[in-house]
Amino acid sequence: MAEQDKILQDVTQSDYKYGFVTDIETDIIEKGLNEEVIRTIWEKKKEPDFMLDFRLDAFRKWQKMKMPDWAYLKIPPIDFQAISYYAAPVQKPKYNSIDEVDPELIETFNKLGIPLEEQKVLAGVAVDVVMDSVSVKTTFKEVLAEKGIIFCSFSDALQEHPELVRKYIGQAVPVADNFFAALNSAVFSDGSFCYIPKGVRCPMELSTYFRINAANTGQFERTLIVADDDSYVSYLEGCTAPMRDENQLHAAVVEIIALDRAEVKYSTVQNWYPGDKDGIGGIYNFVTKRGVCRGVSSKISWTQVETGSAITWKYPSCILLGDNSIGEFNSVAVTNHHQQADTGTKMIHIGKNTKSTIVSKGISAGKSDNTYRGLVKVMPGAINSRNFSQCDSLLLNDTCGAHTFPYIEVGNKSSVVEHEATTSKIGEDQIFYCNQRGIDTEKAIGMIINGYAKEVLNKLPMEFAVEAQKLLQISLEGSVG
Amino acid sequence: MLSIKNLYVSVEGQEILKGINLEVKPGEIHAIMGPNGSGKSTLANVLAGREEYEVTAGEVIYQGEDLLGKSPEDRAKEGIFLSFQYPVEIPGVPMVNFLKTSVNEHRKHRGEKELTAGEFLKLMREKMDLVDLHPQLTNRSVNEGFSGGEKKKNEIFQMALLEPKLAILDETDSGLDIDALKTVAHGVNALKSPETSTIVVTHYQRLLDYIVPDFVHILYNGKIVKTAGKELALELEEKGYDWIKKDN
Ligand SMILES: Nc1ncnc2c1ncn2[C@@H]1O[C@H](COP(=O)(O)OP(=O)(O)OP(=O)(O)O)[C@@H](O)[C@H]1O
Ligand SMILES: [Mg+2]
Repeated sequence: MAEQDKILQDVTQSDYKYGFVTDIETDIIEKGLNEEVIRTIWEKKKEPDFMLDFRLDAFRKWQKMKMPDWAYLKIPPIDFQAISYYAAPVQKPKYNSIDEVDPELIETFNKLGIPLEEQKVLAGVAVDVVMDSVSVKTTFKEVLAEKGIIFCSFSDALQEHPELVRKYIGQAVPVADNFFAALNSAVFSDGSFCYIPKGVRCPMELSTYFRINAANTGQFERTLIVADDDSYVSYLEGCTAPMRDENQLHAAVVEIIALDRAEVKYSTVQNWYPGDKDGIGGIYNFVTKRGVCRGVSSKISWTQVETGSAITWKYPSCILLGDNSIGEFNSVAVTNHHQQADTGTKMIHIGKNTKSTIVSKGISAGKSDNTYRGLVKVMPGAINSRNFSQCDSLLLNDTCGAHTFPYIEVGNKSSVVEHEATTSKIGEDQIFYCNQRGIDTEKAIGMIINGYAKEVLNKLPMEFAVEAQKLLQISLEGSVG
Repeated sequence: MLSIKNLYVSVEGQEILKGINLEVKPGEIHAIMGPNGSGKSTLANVLAGREEYEVTAGEVIYQGEDLLGKSPEDRAKEGIFLSFQYPVEIPGVPMVNFLKTSVNEHRKHRGEKELTAGEFLKLMREKMDLVDLHPQLTNRSVNEGFSGGEKKKNEIFQMALLEPKLAILDETDSGLDIDALKTVAHGVNALKSPETSTIVVTHYQRLLDYIVPDFVHILYNGKIVKTAGKELALELEEKGYDWIKKDN
């Protein structure tokens, strides 16, 4: 036990090596939130008129709302008037060459197998314009444009495709859906917009492209993905590389709309700064992610690997409106140190013959708390619907916690809902068995963790899965470098 | 090869081994027998480096070096192999990955090139024949859902892959049917060389018909109370342990 404890303690006590190092010149407005601020944001972004109504509506509703307190989280009070709600970032390169970057950071990048060019962008190295990923992006853009796929920033979408945005924004996540979604709707700065036209299969994972962007995502980010009839897209958000941000509070919204027979795969790797070993600092991540399977036989799947943030509050959900539609949620959530995660999903069955699958794998270490919270709701009209849920928790020691709160409501007799849950601890005898075969404890833990999470990792696109696998090991070992 | 001197071991404050002395030379096979709870597995685990077992006195020299200060994985890589009495299941970790990692850790330690997936599979197939292990088992997770006998065969299969210098077989025979017993014994013998040594822990003389020991030791109440040639096993089979217990 001692050896395992030692390693786990190293893990628990190793510091996240990448403090807040961004050096940003910004165009910032006064702190605080009121209608005037909302108007200013809207004006600065030169958005169409309907957006002012949208934002103000959200703001007025938000004012009447309270922060949710039902999650298994200890959330310190947040002063919403102490935040500046608009900052157009002008990111200055911090380094002139990659040689100046902390070698340990580079080591982590290498462990994760991130290409050199991307490493530069992520670490904030000035990048030669010709070598820049910009050229890669341009190539991507051309291929996408050929297919009629729109993939751009939310701001650009509001300028270039206001009607599309207007038609779908707030359809999956209504402005007053919850406290954080309302706040986001009122003040969101930017994000991404993606539209896949009828019958088009997006020919590439929207991944590398996005990862490069991910290094400077905003505090209130908004994503809208619309998959028209018979289309398909696989969308990757986030980054396995350690993410730094000077904003403590993050409240993003992601909306997905799938029309008839459309399929959207949304994969996330979240590795925000988790705070130090005493639980000081770290990102508070309050995300609202929801997809609506609006069309018949449509499918939305969420796959997430969550290793970062001090507090994670996140329930990617599916509303299965269309008959025969399918929702999936696959999650690996790792908590360490004093991290807290309350995450899960909601599957709302409305259409007939709808199916949903939930696979949640929680891994807790240190003094962390890891909670799965899920709702499966089958409406009376959703006849012949099916859900299967599997919620597993793996504990690495006796000081961490794992909690499972599955809520199930079935409104008709022809539907079947199944729930399985397990909690296990990595056994000393398993580690010793590995040791006896020449495998050291760190490797053994990595192997066991990856075995445990495999079912979910397998759902990630190949290139990402390999990185995510390494990330799990790194975030639990703390052996960065 | 191995020299155990006056070894005392406690588990959770309770003394289990009370002054073990044992000398194992290269090429020798030693059988350790003794009633349930006498400390046989404890001895095997201490040699392999399991941490719960606290050495309170004595020393163990392996290949001229102090063994007790080394980590379990270093001991393994320096040639000590333990075939577990109760092999543990590791759900989710495929046998193939586990074995490849294990073999490559050993190779790295010896300064050899790591095997590629292809090379490893070839090696694996070769060794699998030796113990007649069903190829399908390697597609499963480590020991998961293996029958008792399959688990034991799997231990010897791993021994074949790792080619240890000192193999400690803790009741590898229990749970094996007659044919499997012969196969496993044949495997162990095939891996034997004048440079390697084996410690066989068993309750039954039957295994020793196939793996013929140079010495048989009786471990009772944490001490080796009798040492003799292979005929001692036969005597035990006949008389049981009562006469030993009476004398001690
Ligand atoms: N981890 C442990 N915690 C507490 N007691 C232990 C532990 N391991 C062994 N013991 C005790 O030490 C004594 C010796 O156990 P050991 O497993 O070495 O016996 P053995 O000779 O291998 O027996 P068997 O023939 O039944 O396998 C037993 O009384 C056992 O209960
Ligand atoms: Mg035993």
